[in-house]
Amino acid sequence: MQQIIYFIRKFRYFLLFLLLEILAITFTIQQHSYHTSKFVNSANFITGGFYNTVNDVNQFFLLRDENKLLIEENVHLKNLLNKKEINYTKENHTVIDTVKFFQKYEYSVAKVIKNNYTNRNNILTLDKGSKQGLTTDLGVINSLGIIGVVKNSSSNYSTVLSILNSYSKINVRLKNSNHYGTLTWNGENHTTAQLEDIPRQTVIKIGDTIITGGKSAIFPEGIHVGIINDFLFENNKYQQINILLFNDMTSVGYVQIVDNLQKKEQNQLEQQTNNE
Amino acid sequence: MNNLILSNTVRFIVLVLLQVLILNNVNLFGYLNPLVYITWIFLFPIKKNKSLFLITSFFLGISIDFFSNSGGVNAAATVFIAFIRLPILKAVLRKTDFDYLLFNLRAISFDKIFLYITTLTIIHHFILFSLEYFSSNAFTTIISTTFFTSIFTIIVSILGVFLFVKKK
Repeated sequence: MQQIIYFIRKFRYFLLFLLLEILAITFTIQQHSYHTSKFVNSANFITGGFYNTVNDVNQFFLLRDENKLLIEENVHLKNLLNKKEINYTKENHTVIDTVKFFQKYEYSVAKVIKNNYTNRNNILTLDKGSKQGLTTDLGVINSLGIIGVVKNSSSNYSTVLSILNSYSKINVRLKNSNHYGTLTWNGENHTTAQLEDIPRQTVIKIGDTIITGGKSAIFPEGIHVGIINDFLFENNKYQQINILLFNDMTSVGYVQIVDNLQKKEQNQLEQQTNNE
Repeated sequence: MNNLILSNTVRFIVLVLLQVLILNNVNLFGYLNPLVYITWIFLFPIKKNKSLFLITSFFLGISIDFFSNSGGVNAAATVFIAFIRLPILKAVLRKTDFDYLLFNLRAISFDKIFLYITTLTIIHHFILFSLEYFSSNAFTTIISTTFFTSIFTIIVSILGVFLFVKKK
């Protein structure tokens, strides 16, 4: 016993160093796994509040761009509305029947108060949290395309796993066919992401549009992602497909949060089927 | 004595704020951000309690991690350079008994300051980026990012030391 105490006293400086290193590396590894980074993230009260204040100042200088985006989206939506032929038959008339309430997605707005795109694993911080109804696994998009998935949320702030992150895997498909693959990021360029797991019989061309596939319960189908920039076809297989993102990930301001109201039902059913 | 505690606390807060509010948004050539907060390690007085120094450098790193959502990579790298600072300083100055009581970086000649800061910066950045990328495939990326970020950090931190640290 005395030997152990003597040992600890003699090497206490080195042991303290080891302890702190192990603590730091534990936090790092926790950050790498998807849902367990509860402690070190910027969704807490101090850092979140801090970024919120700084962002209020920065946002003022971006109002012009933000307005431009809103106008563009308004024009797009008005065009869509005009394309739809309104016919007042009995079936299309407004009948409020809560049993046949088919709303599947609910959108809400939030502001990015901390954006990151230079690291290997990028994470964004939003100014809304569980008090405003944000939970994990909600989709984050804006008018140009997808941005990421909500990772953690505290009462007033949330962190978002950006698509520019090695742990982000999003189901996407080609707009002109139903072949789907996975959107990943190799960490090289923040304007391009990579498309993986696409079947080899798929015919793709440079310039093809990629949209979200809707196979997962997070994103609705048809949200824009990007266009194919270049690809490599070797050994009868697509080796690398680079996608030029529609979104400029260096400047994201206001974003929309997509909540799938039927997610629980879908996940439950899928789990039930898998367990049988 | 109190003066030392006060000046180091103020320096801690100022460097963390400078790092997270300004320097993390520099993005030179698209991805380079100088990590100047480690200047706090370079300037910390030597005669102080060694264990306290390790613990405060852990807090320095973890506060940067809190702001930049990076787990514990900054904390791990910062604690490591805090641990090897004294041996490196001894090797650079080539003296076994230098003046512990009146440690002042400005009293040392420029080439020795440069060597001291360069060694610690490169070790820090290498650990940081290795842990951040966490894969052996990205070895060339880690080396190149370490190299270019180190150049940027060294320039900014030496300028900072010469502009803001008084020559007694």
